[in-house]
Amino acid sequence: MSSLIDVRSLTKTYLLGDVHVNALQGVSVTIERGTFVAIMGQSGSGKSTFMNLLGCLDRPTSGQYLLDGIPVENLDRDQLAEIRNQKIGFIFQNFNLLPRMNALENVELPLLYNISDTPDGDERGQRALAAVGLADRERNFPTQLSGGQQQRVAIARALINTPEILLADEPTGALDSHNSAEIMSIFQQLNHSQGITIVLVTHSDEVAAYADRIIGFRDGRIVGDAPVVHPQKVGEARAAPRAALEMVQ
Amino acid sequence: MKQLTSSIKIAFRALKMNKLRSALTMLGIVIGVASVIATVAIGSGATQRIQQQIASIGSNIIIVVPGSTSSSGVRLGSGNAVTLSEADARELAAQCPDVAIAAPLVRGGAQVVYGNNNWATSVYGVTPDYLTIRDFSVVDGAEFTQQDVDAANKVAVLGATPVANLFGGADPIGQTIRIKNVPFTVVGVLSPKGQSAQGQDQDDVILLPISTAKRKVLGVKQANADAVDTIMMQAQSGAQMPAAQDEAQALLRQRHHLQAADADDFSVRNMQEIFAAQEASSSIMAMMLAAVASVSLVVGGIGIMNIMLISVRERTREIGLRQALGAKTHDILTQFLVEAVALSVAGGVVGIILGISASAIISRLAGWATSVGPGAVLLAVFFSAVVGISFGYYPARKAAYLDPIEALRYE
Repeated sequence: MSSLIDVRSLTKTYLLGDVHVNALQGVSVTIERGTFVAIMGQSGSGKSTFMNLLGCLDRPTSGQYLLDGIPVENLDRDQLAEIRNQKIGFIFQNFNLLPRMNALENVELPLLYNISDTPDGDERGQRALAAVGLADRERNFPTQLSGGQQQRVAIARALINTPEILLADEPTGALDSHNSAEIMSIFQQLNHSQGITIVLVTHSDEVAAYADRIIGFRDGRIVGDAPVVHPQKVGEARAAPRAALEMVQ
Repeated sequence: MKQLTSSIKIAFRALKMNKLRSALTMLGIVIGVASVIATVAIGSGATQRIQQQIASIGSNIIIVVPGSTSSSGVRLGSGNAVTLSEADARELAAQCPDVAIAAPLVRGGAQVVYGNNNWATSVYGVTPDYLTIRDFSVVDGAEFTQQDVDAANKVAVLGATPVANLFGGADPIGQTIRIKNVPFTVVGVLSPKGQSAQGQDQDDVILLPISTAKRKVLGVKQANADAVDTIMMQAQSGAQMPAAQDEAQALLRQRHHLQAADADDFSVRNMQEIFAAQEASSSIMAMMLAAVASVSLVVGGIGIMNIMLISVRERTREIGLRQALGAKTHDILTQFLVEAVALSVAGGVVGIILGISASAIISRLAGWATSVGPGAVLLAVFFSAVVGISFGYYPARKAAYLDPIEALRYE
């Protein structure tokens, strides 16, 4: 079976005014099903551009991207939307919940854009909320929830269409350490027990320590790619990402 | 379907969020639709009134009156010659295939007396055909018959006005009235017709057999005992009116021994033409008013476009999120179109209610007839939806083609 993500010499060039910005300069990487990958790098290193391409929100200037065996680099707007809807779950730093909808409605939002009808939508939404420990909060509006709870609602929303891959862009960036740990353990659990592939962008080595593999970006290229040896002790857990981080810097 | 109901739900939620803004935006449409409804109501009310007046005259009527005469160089108005006769009327009915009925008529005024009451009214000497042509019906008693005409019986059929003035509430049938001191037995009462287009009371009339009228009341013209004032004809159908007119003219010229160079000594008139012109001018007026009113609908549409553009801008992040979650171009397009249409149709419904009440108030205060048909209401709803779609399309399209990355990053 092929890799879930197979990216070959991906480049992306933006035109900022008169200046061509080479955000990605030939990135090749494969990510296997069921891995938990952390992407690290300074701002401007190209990691966000890479995530946007992985998330089918944008198309590369050149190169190839096979997602689940499908070449997506030449799909049109609506075909990309379909892929995002069915195969990808997004988690954002600022949660991006719709303030006028309650938790359950937010979670069910992706079902609205499914091609097929989902008569069991409420059931699925409740199950997804229960999976992130918010079974009793389905009628609450985002403003009535804490940051950690809001991010959990966002995770439930990302999971509702049973995606192949979760793409998380600094999911703990707006949370305190306690809530961060809670969110990360949910990711870890999803990865371990359900085998969901997770690609996560972070600046924090603590967060990166939850991953199996750390990819470092600099100047639009991959400068480091190392597995994380999961140690038994917390103290050692910090050591691994630091090594990866040093490659980046 | 699921998409649409959810779009409608989203749209109404968004509109509720900004109640004042939505209400002000709707106001443009409300005013536009209300003024269209009210002007159409006034226009169609006027048209209906004219149609009623046409119906009260009778349908497909052609009137023949004698031409003008000149006496020692003084030209008299038309109708003063004594060129038309009862025989003309008979021949018109018999020989013109497009003429259904021709009824001779003599008329004059007379003082009518019953008991202590008296009343000045118009006296028409007619045949029973006249009632058919004028579409008069008898509500009480009976019409006089051809036998009454032939025998010159002293019977009278009264209009509603003389009945009211002479008899008060009493039953007139079988009573004897005196017209110019000649006793007549009342045999029937006509159903009321109301005012004519010219404002005349069409019920202020007494009908007598033409023979009796000439001999006992109005007098026989010395030049021609057979002379009549008017011949009223009814064409077989509305489409046959021009043909009937031509046939009547040709026959009368022949009967009156007119040479090709001679002018007609009579004139043939068609009431329909007068009314058709009135009807046309009133409907043109109504259309012009509606056109002016619909300008405000367009202004309302621009208001919707403006608000939708603001709304798209405010909700850029939401659009980006929906796109990330898999919303396709048409999903976003539909969502914003539904919102624009919801605004305009809601405004349209309020406008219809306002327009109907406004036309009711106008008809009460100004005394104009108004009529709001289901067609006008449907048209108003249709137009407000069209306004919503056409003015909502550009903002919705703008939303649908946002770049998801830019939209998600939008602050």
